[in-house]
Amino acid sequence: MRLLASLKISARALRRNKMRSLLTMLGVIIGVGAVIASVSLTSGATKEVEDQVSSLGENVVNVFSGNFTRGGMRGGWGSAPTLTLADSAAIAQLPNVVAVTPEVRDREQVLANGQNWNTLVMGESPSYPQIRNWKMARGAMFSDDDVASLAKCAVIGQTVVDQLFPNQDPVGQTIRIRNLPFLVVGVLAPKGFNLFGQDQDDTVVVPYSSHMHRITTRRFVNDILVEASSSDTINDVQDEINELLLDRHHTTDPDFTVRNQLELMDMVTKTSRTMSLLIAGVAAVSLVVGGIGIMNIMLVSVTERTREIGIRMAVGARAADILVQFLIEAVTLSAFGGAIGIGGGVAFSMTVSNFYGIPAYTPYLWIIIAFASSALIGIISGFYPAWKASQLDPIEALRYE
Amino acid sequence: MNSKPVIQLRDLCKTYHSGEVEVHAVRGVSLDILKGEFVAIMGSSGSGKSTMMNMIGALDRPTGGQYLLDGVDVATLNRDALAKVRNEKIGFVFQGFNLLSRTTALENVEMPMLYNSGRIRAQERHAQASKALNLVGLGSRSGHHPNQLSGGQQQRVAIARALVNQPTILLADEPTGNLDTQTSIEIMGVFQTLNDQGITIVMVTHELDVARFTKRMIVLRDGRVVTDEPVQPRSQADVELGKLKVAQEAVQLH
Repeated sequence: MRLLASLKISARALRRNKMRSLLTMLGVIIGVGAVIASVSLTSGATKEVEDQVSSLGENVVNVFSGNFTRGGMRGGWGSAPTLTLADSAAIAQLPNVVAVTPEVRDREQVLANGQNWNTLVMGESPSYPQIRNWKMARGAMFSDDDVASLAKCAVIGQTVVDQLFPNQDPVGQTIRIRNLPFLVVGVLAPKGFNLFGQDQDDTVVVPYSSHMHRITTRRFVNDILVEASSSDTINDVQDEINELLLDRHHTTDPDFTVRNQLELMDMVTKTSRTMSLLIAGVAAVSLVVGGIGIMNIMLVSVTERTREIGIRMAVGARAADILVQFLIEAVTLSAFGGAIGIGGGVAFSMTVSNFYGIPAYTPYLWIIIAFASSALIGIISGFYPAWKASQLDPIEALRYE
Repeated sequence: MNSKPVIQLRDLCKTYHSGEVEVHAVRGVSLDILKGEFVAIMGSSGSGKSTMMNMIGALDRPTGGQYLLDGVDVATLNRDALAKVRNEKIGFVFQGFNLLSRTTALENVEMPMLYNSGRIRAQERHAQASKALNLVGLGSRSGHHPNQLSGGQQQRVAIARALVNQPTILLADEPTGNLDTQTSIEIMGVFQTLNDQGITIVMVTHELDVARFTKRMIVLRDGRVVTDEPVQPRSQADVELGKLKVAQEAVQLH
């Protein structure tokens, strides 16, 4: 028997009891709708976090110096000066390492244009923008020559531009740090707030050598940023850095910490993955409930239409024809319910997103999963009633009142 | 007319088991029905005529004996093969019409073609169904639902449905049981016309008046054939309708 004719018969049977069909579908509609809505909202949140994490730079390994303990007082991470420029240079020689920058940080009062502003002054290598995946808005990054010559040049963030050079091009102008004139050679593109709510654009970047010899006097760096060649090598690079530094520091007890971006991403997305699992559980329960509703109604329908089944068998319908007809009816119910649920879930998440300004994002995979599982529920819950219908005895069915 | 046997029954038996009791509904019926015959099977209720009809219609299986339809032993067929036989070789007309409600006359007539082993295009189905409806004089009513049709019209739709797959035989189980006298004669007129065109018809009835329209009368009692004879004299539907009209007018005159 052809599919189109079966579909037509099913559609007619379902239209005959509109209210009943709708109520039957409701279980699937609510289940699928709830799943799509929550998946959209959690995916939106996850995606935003992922974007922020990747804005820190891709395939980046952070090396922090260790903590110190003195007389029972324990400093936090980075409080003990253990990392040196030599460490940084040694890391640069490791395989699969693309770029390295030692970092020194300090808050300084910066003067320019008769204005002053307290900001984070960082000493970095010229690789810094590449590692942080950070573009230049104007001008250019300082060079290795500038590092070698302890040049007094700087690259500044957009917030500093706004505070010190409103409505002016800062490139070529001078800022003063600790009364030393630094030439502004470039402006970093706006990057916004980081994961921890800090304004990343509120910064001045100078060659690390200049920072360590002219602004401050220090021999140790705060941390080292390392870019691995790809996400596949990042774990190897991390292990090699660990080994290298233990060796260089002549210790077995690490006086430093190595973290990579993937770990950070994992930590952040762990919560949302737990949420997703929870949602999947709720979804499974509501789909099972919806499936039971469909099975119940299909059993009623088979009983009601016993005579129709008898007539169809008398004119030559085979058991398989009857089975397929009722299966299609059940699948039509559940798939239709699933489609409505997907539409409703997307609409709901978009409304919430617009109303509360939360990002919402519905992955196509979930739409396919939701639709497929609602169709599957139709097949599973429709099978027993359909099989029961197909096994009816034609004479008994014809006599049924 | 060709005299090849379409239906051959050899010592056909049907025994039901209802609890401890064995009910012998049909106890050894042997008969041949030839192509082009118009047979009435008569008998009181419980005589086994409906059981026999269900077996001939491939809806039920005999428990003993042999049933050859077009030379094929029906007892050897499985469920699906029986369905195919019902679909292609047999047209069934029921006492209660058994039309699908909320489905148009045309769609009711098309239904058997949905279960054909060969695929029939929708256009072809419409054409065949319309032709069958025209044959029973209902061409203009194809879009009506059964509840918009009179009993006689519903039975005509059922006859059209039985004919649509060009079956070897037309089986009718008390086709006039739910109809008044005039409509019954009209339906018998349809059967006589179809039979004149060469269709083999086997009809179950308990009314002698109705049986008189056929060519051969078989009477069953307690599951056995007691009479099997040609109908003499045979009623003709148009003549009987004429007589009925005169009688009705006479009643109205007085």
